[in-house]
Amino acid sequence: MQPLTNKAQAVSRAPMTFWERLYLINIIKGMFITFSHMFKKQPTTRYPEEKRAFSPVFRGLHVLNRDEEGRERCTACGLCAVACPAEAITMEAAERETGEEHLYREEKYAAKYEINMLRCIFCGLCEEACPKDAIYLSETFAPANYTRKGFIYGKPDLLIPNPKTEASDLALARGVEA
Amino acid sequence: MSEQNLFKVTIDNITIDVPAGTTVLQAARLIGGQVAPPAMCFYSKLEGSGGKCRTCLVEVSKGSEKDPRPMPKLVASCRTTVMDGMEVKNITSEKVLDARAGVVEFLLLNHPLDCPICDQAGECHLQDLSFEHGKAETRYEFQRRTFEKHDLGKNIQLHMTRCILCYRCVFTADQLTNKRVHGILDRGDHAEIATHIEKSLDNEFIGNVIDVCPVGALTDKTFRFKNRVWFLKPMDAHRDCPTCSGRVTLWNRGDEVYRVTARKDQWGEIEDTPDGKPGWICNTCRFDKKATSDWTIEGPREISRQSVIAQGHYAGNIGTTKPNETFKAVNDGRTPHLLMDIHDESEVNQPNIHLGQIQGPSHGDTFNTNNTHKA
Repeated sequence: MQPLTNKAQAVSRAPMTFWERLYLINIIKGMFITFSHMFKKQPTTRYPEEKRAFSPVFRGLHVLNRDEEGRERCTACGLCAVACPAEAITMEAAERETGEEHLYREEKYAAKYEINMLRCIFCGLCEEACPKDAIYLSETFAPANYTRKGFIYGKPDLLIPNPKTEASDLALARGVEA
Repeated sequence: MSEQNLFKVTIDNITIDVPAGTTVLQAARLIGGQVAPPAMCFYSKLEGSGGKCRTCLVEVSKGSEKDPRPMPKLVASCRTTVMDGMEVKNITSEKVLDARAGVVEFLLLNHPLDCPICDQAGECHLQDLSFEHGKAETRYEFQRRTFEKHDLGKNIQLHMTRCILCYRCVFTADQLTNKRVHGILDRGDHAEIATHIEKSLDNEFIGNVIDVCPVGALTDKTFRFKNRVWFLKPMDAHRDCPTCSGRVTLWNRGDEVYRVTARKDQWGEIEDTPDGKPGWICNTCRFDKKATSDWTIEGPREISRQSVIAQGHYAGNIGTTKPNETFKAVNDGRTPHLLMDIHDESEVNQPNIHLGQIQGPSHGDTFNTNNTHKA
């Protein structure tokens, strides 16, 4: 077969010369490359002290959003669950009762909302499917845990702090994320 | 019907012989597929229905063999009977597709965008219609109409804002029950489905208005917000019912019955029973028999692969039958060593909460773990 590129080279079977057998020149060449790295920029990030910026398209841990008045946006329509390729999202819907209007934005809400972080592949399809701007993937990742139990994230883990009553918490969360 | 009464009609270049008196829509349905115009108000099992929504408009390019002139305007195919030699254009006509997009826009003018909340989502004819024939955006800039809430009793939930005034439920009440207590009040923009004086609908067959409603205006209160239809498992089942045919579709989660509906055919209409009568079901079957033991299960219902309800059922019957080769059965009765039992941690789908047994929608306290709701 004809070579497709001109990069292919026939292996030389010629016996090595005296200088080549000595290896000295190649060793010096190699050590020079090693030494030259002393003057290059260090790619290592010293992690706990220094944190790398996330890419703007990074998809991390989910948050459940609230509106400006602090009401939960999620209406348990199930579109995130049906879009989820890993089947990580489950929920139970309930009807909003009179007196709960300040808690939930719509007539129906998610009484329970769970994401199994062991299953989640962070593809972001839930975020795309959501018609109510309720679920977003934030710029943090799920922290490590010793047990599997810790990876079933319920509503208390996912909901953002209430901008009305926990404004300082929300600012803190935003500040850490940004 | 004798031989000479057969009329030859051509719809979208497909010719079919139908008996005299058949409507264009029925003839198109005999051909099937995309040739059949969509219908929001026409219901073949209800006498007198049709002619209101205008989604089934077709172009008649040749009136008949004797009078070959085309009809001057688009006609409602559900109310137009065929003539011998009639030529009809449905999806082959630009005019029809354009008019249908306009009709969908009109139907959606006042229709709220609450599909995420609506229990009908996933099996809603208006959703399908607007997806197939409508435009992506609305040009309407005004307030959508709203109504005072009417309570129709403990089993039926009315959302008047979603209603498209198809009159199907009115015909259902007229033809299936001996006394109709609901109807259209007022006129024009104020027209609404209601009972005149607050009255609940409690006739034995009134539950069928839920099945005939093409949108989510009339929904099942015993199923309200329990689950989305596409997460449920539709199973054909029957029971020996003294008042109705007892042939239904159960919508299950696991072994729990969440909802009971009549069986619907490919046009979204009630299927006929083997003796040729429409398979309307009674309220007892629909609202009260929510235990698997009440029913003889025939098997999983075939759902069109195009429907969102078919998601998760994979191919046909696979996934709806319980596997026999469980771990315990093939490993000499040993149980698997689980690293985590999901029910220990998860608060969703808890084994001790039986949503199907709760009358009406669940509320926040239903799912609290220390609160066991048993029927």
